[in-house]
Amino acid sequence: MGGPEIERLVALLAKLPGFGPRSARRAALKLLQQPELRMLPLAVALAEAARATKACGECGNLDSRDPCSICADLHRDRHLVCVVEQVGDLWALERAHVHRGLYHVLGGTLSALAGQRPEDLSLHPLLARLEAGGVTEVILALGATVDGATTAHWLTDRLKSFDVAITRVGQGVPMGGALDVLDDGTLAAALRTRRAV
Amino acid sequence: MSEPGLKLLRLTLGRFRNYASLRWQPEGRLLVISGPNGSGKTNLLEAISYLAPGRGMRGARVADVAQGGTGAWAVNGRLATQEGPTEIGTGTTDENVDRRVFRLDGAAPRNQAELAQRVASVWLTPQMDRLFLEGASGRRRFLDRLVYALEPGNARTVAAHDTAMAERRRLLAEPRWEASWLAGLEDEMARHAVAVTAARADLIAQLDAALAGGIAGDFPAARLDLLCPIAARLTEAPALAVEDWLRAEFEAARPRDAATGSAAMGAHRADLAMADLATGLPAAQASTGQQKALLIGVVLGHAALLAQARGGAPLLLLDEPAVHLDLKRRTALFAALAALPAQVFLTGTDAEVFAPLAGQATFWRTGGEGLYADPEYK
Repeated sequence: MGGPEIERLVALLAKLPGFGPRSARRAALKLLQQPELRMLPLAVALAEAARATKACGECGNLDSRDPCSICADLHRDRHLVCVVEQVGDLWALERAHVHRGLYHVLGGTLSALAGQRPEDLSLHPLLARLEAGGVTEVILALGATVDGATTAHWLTDRLKSFDVAITRVGQGVPMGGALDVLDDGTLAAALRTRRAV
Repeated sequence: MSEPGLKLLRLTLGRFRNYASLRWQPEGRLLVISGPNGSGKTNLLEAISYLAPGRGMRGARVADVAQGGTGAWAVNGRLATQEGPTEIGTGTTDENVDRRVFRLDGAAPRNQAELAQRVASVWLTPQMDRLFLEGASGRRRFLDRLVYALEPGNARTVAAHDTAMAERRRLLAEPRWEASWLAGLEDEMARHAVAVTAARADLIAQLDAALAGGIAGDFPAARLDLLCPIAARLTEAPALAVEDWLRAEFEAARPRDAATGSAAMGAHRADLAMADLATGLPAAQASTGQQKALLIGVVLGHAALLAQARGGAPLLLLDEPAVHLDLKRRTALFAALAALPAQVFLTGTDAEVFAPLAGQATFWRTGGEGLYADPEYK
């Protein structure tokens, strides 16, 4: 192809989520065809983001400030802490404007098979925040996977000594979904997490 | 006979088993593929089985189905489905020959359940002649394939149960157990085990009722039973109570399970029992031919049940179905197939066995890396 520089660019792009070798080649070609328009501004943006971004010491979010703009926002409801697996989950909830409290990013889930153990998760900043007082509810917004559900169970056990309500995001009937097309597991989850109306 | 809801219109193979390249338009609802041993009859059925999620008809390693056992391979199928025409592609890439990837109408599917909603296949192979003489795992896999065709989401539930079980086994092998982590995994196992068992029991109840009602035509009707303590509990108590009971069982069994490196209880312990409905003779005590007839009856009944329940039967892949069947049963098989609203692929070394299907089936021959219309049945 076009020399070692391009090969390296393609190899690095191919490691990004959603990219494979073919899409990486297409992206590299698009960048190289008009470098002033796309590639150089992208290179500057990448370098600036890499230099400025850090993990928030309080919640684990990625931001150019520490504490991050969410933790520093005095208008947020500081009684509520929503626990998520990854920063991407935090961003998804922010995009939806559904949570006006604070967050805590665990950094993964427990997985015996993947060797992800309790000590690999970011738990201490959350415990410190609860010990400091003021939090009344911890919302567990973890995935409905085996590892997500197991981690929620484990976390509930770890947090039960604090005087806070522990809740989980609902699972079951999707918006616009009919009951008769759901599998038995989803139906059972929906029934288990029913609430008074 | 009405047109089947699910039908393979075109099959394209690239470097799959003995086929360097093949493009085939399977015309008709009944397709008879004959040819000498090793000419690629079963490979064709296996390729079709790969259009649905799972490990395919032979349960082979992904890399092993490539021609010569090396490099990438591809299977592409164009299908008529209830939701309209669909194109499904699967195979490996040169970059990763151990991981199978899928394409659904030209794009990556969101998950495998999305594929399972479009296409299902059920097969019988000569190896399954020993289904009731060997271990329970083969019978459980057979049952689960029937369940997935009715409830595609159940495959994900079985996988979640097995993942939680494998994680629990790993934790129990450690010198100190973190109780809350184990309890979380046992909660997952209990929830999924109950869901899996309920779906299996439901399918069996429907199938037993349909078979007793004569849905398989002149074929001998079987009675199926799910041998599983979780299923027995589900007949006496609500599902949520059975989950609580299972959680307590798992917790009590930790020391024993740690010692054995397995789980004494769970959806993975279920077994399928089958007997001749008319005589009560258990399948394990029946002759090879009787067992095969019972299995074929179940597959035919299942296809007819699905056609009634979902409007579409799975693709039926019957590898050497006539072997071990006497003339009376072969005649009954052909009569049942002719009445079934399903696309059926049949193989045999000798096309003549299927001669009674002439006029209803299309006949094909394998040989020399290819597939061609059988000149004797044009």
